[in-house]
Amino acid sequence: MIDFFTTHAPVLTIVVFIFGALLAPVFGRINNSLSYYCALITTALSFVLSVYLLFSVYNNAPLEYFLGGWKPPYGIEYRVDILNSFILSVVSFVSFLSVIYGYGSIKSEIYEKRHPAFYSVYLLFIGGMMGILITNDIFNMYVFLEITSLAGYALIAMGRTRYSYMASFNYLILGSVGATFFLIGIGYLYMQTGTLNLTDLAQRLQGHFDTNVVLVAIAFIVVGLMLKMAVFPLHFWLPDAYTYSPSVISAAMAGTSTKVAAYLLIRLMYTIFGIQAGFSGINFSGIIIVIASITILAGSIIAISQTDLKKMLAFSSIGQIGYILIGTAMVNKYAFAGGLLHILNHAMMKTALFMVAGGFFYKFTSTKINDLKGMGRQMPFASAMFLILSLSMVGIPLTVGFISKWYIILGAAQSGYWIVVPVILLSSLLTAIYFGRVVHNLFFKDSEASNTGILHAKIPYSMVSSTAVLVFLCIFFGVFAYMPVEISLKAAENIIGAMPWK
Amino acid sequence: MIEFIADKYNFWIAIVLMMIGFYAIIAKHNLVKKVIGLNIFQTSVFLFYISISKVNGGTAPIIWHPEGHAEVVYDNPLPHVLILTAIVVSVSVTAVALGIIVKLYKNYGSIEEDEIKLIEHNEPELDSK
Repeated sequence: MIDFFTTHAPVLTIVVFIFGALLAPVFGRINNSLSYYCALITTALSFVLSVYLLFSVYNNAPLEYFLGGWKPPYGIEYRVDILNSFILSVVSFVSFLSVIYGYGSIKSEIYEKRHPAFYSVYLLFIGGMMGILITNDIFNMYVFLEITSLAGYALIAMGRTRYSYMASFNYLILGSVGATFFLIGIGYLYMQTGTLNLTDLAQRLQGHFDTNVVLVAIAFIVVGLMLKMAVFPLHFWLPDAYTYSPSVISAAMAGTSTKVAAYLLIRLMYTIFGIQAGFSGINFSGIIIVIASITILAGSIIAISQTDLKKMLAFSSIGQIGYILIGTAMVNKYAFAGGLLHILNHAMMKTALFMVAGGFFYKFTSTKINDLKGMGRQMPFASAMFLILSLSMVGIPLTVGFISKWYIILGAAQSGYWIVVPVILLSSLLTAIYFGRVVHNLFFKDSEASNTGILHAKIPYSMVSSTAVLVFLCIFFGVFAYMPVEISLKAAENIIGAMPWK
Repeated sequence: MIEFIADKYNFWIAIVLMMIGFYAIIAKHNLVKKVIGLNIFQTSVFLFYISISKVNGGTAPIIWHPEGHAEVVYDNPLPHVLILTAIVVSVSVTAVALGIIVKLYKNYGSIEEDEIKLIEHNEPELDSK
């Protein structure tokens, strides 16, 4: 029995989600709360499988799994190495905690009869992302990208306000355009090489980087994925989508979906486009670093002017995606490890921040920053957690935010991209400004009598405990950073490999 | 110049369709027209895939043993299969989009993007139906 699970672990991480998504509405017919437990068990199972995969590939060679026994390049191949099993664990952990959080918050935000459908779509959403992470076939990536996007549109539309539908529609249009760009890019790559397997593509593309076909393919794929990632000039769907969706979905999406798109770009950049070597006289990493720097600064500056807490956090997410890109584009071991660490760290911090914002919403049905005056006295525990997370976002030592910024700056100094250092320091300052505004309102202002009425007196334990776990991990991995740093350094070595990195 | 256009006419058709679709997505305020634009945009990619699978003198990729022909050249069937998946995806995107438009019409009484934004600006934060 155990043997079955270990040999088929790569495909099981996705199969459990597909079965869970099918079973959740069936159980929901019997009893609404059964669909919740279905989602809980599914995400817990996938977390266990992902951690098993991570330990297995950390100690041994990368795992290859051929679907249906068809050897690549004829069949679809699932390939697990340290890079994707690390992100698999992050995604499944965040989704598991979000389900726990949802036990309290879903009841107040979504109509009772929609719960089974909600959990079903939620499992498809996470399952699609696991598929993107684990597959080694570029067309399979597109299919999973569309599965997770379609589920994402439905989840955003389940928000409480009527503007949720408009936010969902805008994301649908832009997301489909991005995915179609990705599809065009795949078409051009197939035209040049006649294969879809990533390993095979990498071999066959050698020496063809000068052709226009490959350049056009790279341009389409990079732009399409940047749309999915919400990099600065293409970010218009993200703030509305995060603001008007249910609290659970804001938390889960902020921790997972844009990071998975970033993983996709990292994987394609390093495995097939050969960013290490550079091609046809174009400084690929230089272009991405400039775009990412603009994203970091623009996201942080726009976040300062927001009046809604959730919207502010959304713009902050746009800025933080820039860190992941900037770290991984520098082709340096330490910077890459920093970017990878930021995927974990930002997933923990931003998920927890959206969870706290959801807590404020649960109690007062408002997330306006001006309505939060004096909350430090009424909700001391939630406000304290918000303070710790803000410090972590700024990058104060002893929190996780410091670790990833440290490694990115270290890598920038080594590889000679000095422009990155002031960008990161300036953005830390801007982060301090926009979080400082909220913390000031929370702790140093008197609450106004005109505050919106209290909806629920007490916040459920499920919401508090899941947030507290993430806040604890924010400090724990900030002090004992050994484990994630080791894993991401080893992943960086594997990915950058024997190539001469700067 | 004429030859350049005539030789690659399949790509030109894809480009023209793509730009028509893209224009509709960007410029139209009516949400249904946006969805139609998205469909045209995606259709151009389907045609592009189908056209790159064509082999000179090739026939439909069904195994065939005609009399007197030693070798039969087939078109590449893989892009056809791939695009079948993409068509399914495109249909589901359209279905979700139309479902959202129905909900928007129920809530706002309009499917014009600017009117919806105006209504939302004047009387925000109502629970959805």
